[in-house]
Amino acid sequence: MALTVDVVLAGIKEIVVEVAGIDAGIIAMDKKFTDDLDVDSLSMVEVVVAAEEKFGVKIPDDEVTKMATVGDAVNFIVANGK
Amino acid sequence: MSRRRVVVTGLGATTPLGGDVPTTWTNLLAGKSGVRLLEDEWAKEASVTFAARVAIEPSQVMERVEMRRLDRSEQFALIASREAWKDAGSPDVDKERLGVVIASGIGGVITMLDQYDILKTKGARMVSPHTVPMLMPNGPAANVGLELQAKAGVHTPVSACASGAEAAGYALEMIRNNRADIVLAGGVEAAIHPLPMAGFASMKALSTRNDDPTKASRPYDKDRDGFVLGEGGGVLVFEELEHAKARGAKIYAEVMGQGLTSDGYHIAAPDPDGSGVTRAVKFALQDAGIPLSEIVHLNAHATSTPAGDVAEANALTNALGSDISHVAVSATKSMTGHLLGGAGAIESIFCVLAMYHHKAPPTINIENLDEAVKVDVVRDVPRDLPAGSIACLNDSFGFGGHNVVLVFRSYEG
Repeated sequence: MALTVDVVLAGIKEIVVEVAGIDAGIIAMDKKFTDDLDVDSLSMVEVVVAAEEKFGVKIPDDEVTKMATVGDAVNFIVANGK
Repeated sequence: MSRRRVVVTGLGATTPLGGDVPTTWTNLLAGKSGVRLLEDEWAKEASVTFAARVAIEPSQVMERVEMRRLDRSEQFALIASREAWKDAGSPDVDKERLGVVIASGIGGVITMLDQYDILKTKGARMVSPHTVPMLMPNGPAANVGLELQAKAGVHTPVSACASGAEAAGYALEMIRNNRADIVLAGGVEAAIHPLPMAGFASMKALSTRNDDPTKASRPYDKDRDGFVLGEGGGVLVFEELEHAKARGAKIYAEVMGQGLTSDGYHIAAPDPDGSGVTRAVKFALQDAGIPLSEIVHLNAHATSTPAGDVAEANALTNALGSDISHVAVSATKSMTGHLLGGAGAIESIFCVLAMYHHKAPPTINIENLDEAVKVDVVRDVPRDLPAGSIACLNDSFGFGGHNVVLVFRSYEG
């Protein structure tokens, strides 16, 4: 399946629901992981590892530090995924 | 200035007998066993196939997302603390005067071993970022401290099976020394996993009565063959007396004192002459400032091991002398199993309730009392304790030669 924004966003939603227990309905491109979705720095590691597994993409640590919003993560994965 | 007095104003627990204190106490008085065959797949191949799991799984009272960041021992600590805090009336206290002392004997051993399995099978990348906060022995205390925003100090004494009692003693001193007005004191353990069980089994410390698990924990019985591993924990709210009175808190009992010694004898075996226990009893009574004549009850460590039970009973006979005759001794591990670092905490709760209700819980499974045991054991059914002011002892011992004796007294207002 091609890694479109919709596909990746749906996948990230699944991961964040699993990690943070947030209602999927409030997860959107503009939401901040820390402030809006209760994903702290430790849980962010979980999100990243799960996203790498799910989409077969490597997310370097210095990219992770730049990922403030869900959209940041989705766009990186769409741009760098196969 | 006279010494600050400390009372118990809240209780919480999750044990093999119940998911809270009232259920646990009811089943304890009814003489029920919390020991069961393990349903885990690994247990089928283990040399010991039973244990005393908590009666109510944390998943029944805790959100999944919260649980996945917490070791099972931390889950127990939060469950017990929430009950204890609510029971105390959720006191409005200056956070800088609020402390937490919750012990664990082993810490997050299940997390450590499960994550090691992941490391070996899936690689380092898949090891959870929550691993360290989950496996650290101070994790249970730290999580409770975080939830209540306690800022007077959060501590974790570690002394194997004496840890929970040592936590209560530490909490007592925190309030006496004017570091805090309220301290949550307790102990937890979650070690029902094939490795710790295999380790205890290799020491020949565990009962192997696989064909009759509910009869396996039988302190003072001639045919006892080891302890039964339990899990869970308990938390008590300790509060400075005037602080408790000022807010009209319910007072269960007074925490009178503690005695601490070490054997300097052997890493696991009890000192046969029991002098460490005798001294700890003496120091505890000195600290409490009450005469032996007031002691009417004792919650024994009595884990159901062949050597330990008799060594303890002999030491108590030496320490209490002729006063042993008016001490009703209960070995509640016959029903709860041995909660290791949680034992001293839940047994402190049982002591507090025994003082509050003037009732000593029973000891079950004694078919033939070991003739070497000279103490007055409360058998099969609870026993009423005298009316008026009464006091009791809770003794706990840990591998390493740790001896802790606590003194509680009924609070007469």
